[in-house]
Amino acid sequence: MQDGIALEMKGISKSFPGVLALNNVDFTLRAGEVHALMGENGAGKSTLIKVLTGVYEKDAGQVSVGGKTVNFKSPQEAQAGGVGTVYQEITLCPNITVAENLFIGRARDPFVKWGDMNKRAHDILDSLGIPAVPRQQLSSCSLAVQQMIAIARAMDMESSILILDEPTSSLDEGEVRKLFALMNDLKGRGVGIIFVTHFIDQVYEVSDRITVLRGGELVGEYVASEMPQLELVSKMMGKDLDDIDKIKDMQVAREETGEYIYEARGLSSDAGVRPFDFHIRKGEVNGFTGLLGSGRSESIRAIFAADRVTGGTVKIKGKKLRIDKPIKAMKSGIGYLPEDRKADGIIADLSVRDNIILALQVMKGFFRPFSNAEAQAFAEEYIGALNIKTASSNTPIKSLSGGNQQKVILARWLLTHPDYLILDEPTRGIDIGTKVEIQKLVLKLASEGMSVTFISSEVEEMLRTCSRLIVMKDRRIVGELRGDELTQNHVMQTIAKGVSADA
Amino acid sequence: MKKIFVLAIAIALVLSLAACSGGGGSDAPATEDATTTEETAADGAADTAADTAGEAIKVGIVNLPPEESGYRQANVEDMNDVFSSANGYDMKQTNTADNSEQIAAAEGYIRDGVDYLLISAANATGWDGVLTSAKEAGVKVFLFDRTIETDESNYQAALVSDMYAEGTTAVEWLLNQGLDEYNVILIRGQVGSAAELGRSEAVTKAEDAGDLKIVADGTGGDSWSSDEARKVVEAAITGGTKFNVIYAENDGMAQGAVAALDAAGISHGKDGDVVIMGFDFNRFALREVQAGNWNYDGQCNPRQASQIAEWIQAMESGGDAPTGTQYLDEVGLDTATITEDDITNKGINEDPGQIS
Amino acid sequence: MLERRQVLIPLVVLAMLIVVNMVKGLDYFSVDIVNGALYGNIPNILFGASELVIISIGMTLVTSASGGQDISVGMSATIASAAFIQVLANIGNQSVLGVFVSFLACCAVGALLGLFNGTLVAVFRIQPMVATLILFTAGRSIAFLIDGKVSPNLRNPITAQLGGVIPGVPIQTPIILTALVICIVALVFKFTNLKLYTQSVGINEKAAKLNGIDPVKIKILAFVILGICCAIAGFISVCKNGRHDSVNLLKLIEMDAILAVAIGGNALSGGKFNMAGAIIGAFTIEILNRTLLRYGVSPDAIKAVKAIFIIFLMAASSPVVVNQFNKLKERVSRKFIQAPERTCGPNMEGQ
Repeated sequence: MQDGIALEMKGISKSFPGVLALNNVDFTLRAGEVHALMGENGAGKSTLIKVLTGVYEKDAGQVSVGGKTVNFKSPQEAQAGGVGTVYQEITLCPNITVAENLFIGRARDPFVKWGDMNKRAHDILDSLGIPAVPRQQLSSCSLAVQQMIAIARAMDMESSILILDEPTSSLDEGEVRKLFALMNDLKGRGVGIIFVTHFIDQVYEVSDRITVLRGGELVGEYVASEMPQLELVSKMMGKDLDDIDKIKDMQVAREETGEYIYEARGLSSDAGVRPFDFHIRKGEVNGFTGLLGSGRSESIRAIFAADRVTGGTVKIKGKKLRIDKPIKAMKSGIGYLPEDRKADGIIADLSVRDNIILALQVMKGFFRPFSNAEAQAFAEEYIGALNIKTASSNTPIKSLSGGNQQKVILARWLLTHPDYLILDEPTRGIDIGTKVEIQKLVLKLASEGMSVTFISSEVEEMLRTCSRLIVMKDRRIVGELRGDELTQNHVMQTIAKGVSADA
Repeated sequence: MKKIFVLAIAIALVLSLAACSGGGGSDAPATEDATTTEETAADGAADTAADTAGEAIKVGIVNLPPEESGYRQANVEDMNDVFSSANGYDMKQTNTADNSEQIAAAEGYIRDGVDYLLISAANATGWDGVLTSAKEAGVKVFLFDRTIETDESNYQAALVSDMYAEGTTAVEWLLNQGLDEYNVILIRGQVGSAAELGRSEAVTKAEDAGDLKIVADGTGGDSWSSDEARKVVEAAITGGTKFNVIYAENDGMAQGAVAALDAAGISHGKDGDVVIMGFDFNRFALREVQAGNWNYDGQCNPRQASQIAEWIQAMESGGDAPTGTQYLDEVGLDTATITEDDITNKGINEDPGQIS
Repeated sequence: MLERRQVLIPLVVLAMLIVVNMVKGLDYFSVDIVNGALYGNIPNILFGASELVIISIGMTLVTSASGGQDISVGMSATIASAAFIQVLANIGNQSVLGVFVSFLACCAVGALLGLFNGTLVAVFRIQPMVATLILFTAGRSIAFLIDGKVSPNLRNPITAQLGGVIPGVPIQTPIILTALVICIVALVFKFTNLKLYTQSVGINEKAAKLNGIDPVKIKILAFVILGICCAIAGFISVCKNGRHDSVNLLKLIEMDAILAVAIGGNALSGGKFNMAGAIIGAFTIEILNRTLLRYGVSPDAIKAVKAIFIIFLMAASSPVVVNQFNKLKERVSRKFIQAPERTCGPNMEGQ
């Protein structure tokens, strides 16, 4: 490895019909460094990675690994050439053992020597400090350990370059620590690591260098320690970051005087939420917070009747109603953006237009379809209003980036003009620019009189937007914070108190 | 609540289906009885055997289900008529298209101590064990309609239709019609079935002998579908093939072929341009022959029971029955020879009545 | 882009088949007037394909909504048409009204059978192929019993016209009936949300539910519609044949119907569907069968030839081949068009 350069990509261009996804991009990775690849959705990060690993064929440019020019035709070839990749979604087989996952599809010898395999697996796991047993079934490991095993698999192929594409998005804080320890260990062995992520804090924690892409072009390469966070964000977004601060100004202290839009007593569902009371006033933004598994998502699902409601009474604008199906909630003026965008939100193969009109169309009725012109007008209105980046309203939603998919789902519910909008993790897994847009939108809607429940696993976001926070612990409400209590400290104290109260 | 409602609908549906089938079956109660007899055979076989010993001749029949075809329906009815208690038989039967179920039923009958076992096998193989234990138990076995691949010494006799003979009877009839030339569209039935093999061979041999010419050769593939037959003829018509005979290997296919001719405005039958030949003696087909719309129909006799009963009676009175494969007498009828009596007694399936 | 490709493949295949047929004889498209109706290859194809086309329409909906196939379609058609004949025989009148009432009874039975299958699939969550195996196994026996254990004959001038030609109308009636069904389906798609709901349920059942759609109802509805399609197909079939042969009526049509759905570019795992593709697929199968007959392929070889053709067809529409084709196209187009059209690519990053 000449001059310690592990990988050099020069003048990379890649276009898709009608779009130039990468334009003359350079990227250099040194041996023994963690190099963060940053950019908003659509900046070209994934395309660059896919060009490197041979998923896409580049139009122009040169790639050299360890000083030798290479042209990988497939990820398998890239792997063999020393470039290992670990994707966001774990691509291992959950129903076979850890050892089998480490070696599957790679034996040159057609006969498996189980003893050898398990021993080698043990050595690898041991050397990387991964807490797993070779004979253990993969699905019995935590997500973090599975992620680490995926890394181990990539590394055992003697990779000098390791690409980690959003490895932390489904891990909790402790698991992220373990992963970072492993990354540091690999770094010490001279492996060059490309780290793709949305989490800016994490970038600063482990990265040595940062390369920023925007709109398919290289913005620059920076040394992490010399780059202030705010400046990084503005480089990614291409504009100054005053916007984020402005949000705080928008949050006017709302008096708790508006009429009750929604009120529930003793609400429970078969998803295992304990009966709880909840209300929201006109124009209020509140939020549910709590650790993972605290029941915050289940609670709001009960409000929308997304799970089977097992008890409780509900009043909408003071009128008692039975809401036992999503359609009833919708017709009562409630909208719900679900936590898991892919599994519960998007209809992947349908167009952006169909995805936008879906909820309103269902409310209007089976026998009363919108005309093409109406549907098109609705779609265009919201594509414009929410700045959804899509080739056309006919594009299948699955080909949009995550942030834009989320905006489509948001558009779907805004189109129904709900009185009360529930947003469960609307900002998860999307780029910072869109996150800010969504938070601003929430406050704007509230100022126009809409009630919003906003949930985010990033407490900061909730503190910024909500005027009231409901704190949950072990599937029950343990406290409510408002006004001056809306600080990280209070949230944690309330959760902690909840524990002691429970004990 | 809703689930219960849906479940209720499901049950209602099943019941209504059952009701339909009950209603439909009322005019032909034979099979229903058959099912009942089978049940008693399973439950109280030993008692029945003890009660009736020495009086009735005990016969076990293993057959295919009547819904298999019009042929089989007539066949099952015939067995029920002949081996009735009025005629001095204690008969049990199982009708199934599943070979292993058939074998199990046959083994059960042997255990029950029947005197005679009558089998129409779903598959031609897998029966050696049953035949051996029958022999050891002294049960005489007659095969009917279908043979089994085994040594002839393993059973008494097999009474079957000779499909090849049916075919040659038909071809001989055809060649006696004194046409200038015989350009035949051959419409085969389900490829590989005994009927298709035998009836086709008669025609292909005649072609080899130079007596006729097969100008189109089609098939229902895995079926005896009249739609497929129709398509074969349509392809010949639009493809400009010259033909003056349609040799369809069952009545349904002949019907489909005739429909194609009618749609194309081509005359057929007694005074028409195309000779129509069918098989199986469906009553509707015989009516077509009677009316002169078709020229010929070949019999496939589903009634083996009286012949087998004759042999059984002979053996009971100490005589002998024939051995090996025996063939049923089968005839062909044309517009000149057909009689009302033939239609009533030799036909199978519903009689639509004379064509006006 | 996807939709265009979906219709393109069956259309190309259709065109290829027609060319192959024209090689055999240029009179392929020639049409005569016989008995006052158009007669020739094309009318024959339209006539012969009618049952398959109608069943394929329903099969497409069921495939989309349930991600599986109904293998009992031939049996449903046989049972429903058996009911048609019994009702007509019991009414005993040969008026248009009598036939129409019997036809409605036929459709009602078809809908009931669809309800039965749909309930098993949607409520009891049984795999469609397994659920419909019940009727697949028992269907023809049930029809045989309804028939009174015979193959009843249909001597009725009105049904004969419905299965053949109505005097004064130059097109065979089954072709008109098929066109009517297609029109009705098109109108249903225009004036209801059937397509949107069915696709939503098929693509993402959970999301559809959270948007107020009841997946159970939609799946049952798809099966009921298929049941009615089967009933219409069975009705047309008995009218054509003039006899109800419960053993052979629309035998093995389930395989052709599933194939038609697939040839039409529809994923058999459900979700987004293309009705036009499925209809073209059904005609493609009909033309393929007739092409083999036209070329006089021997009965022993006919299945093998058909299988080879279908393998070729399926391979041609498989994602692997399509991707290779697109790559090739890209390479070629890059050779000729040097400059990229537009910078900035917002949508190319899959998340």
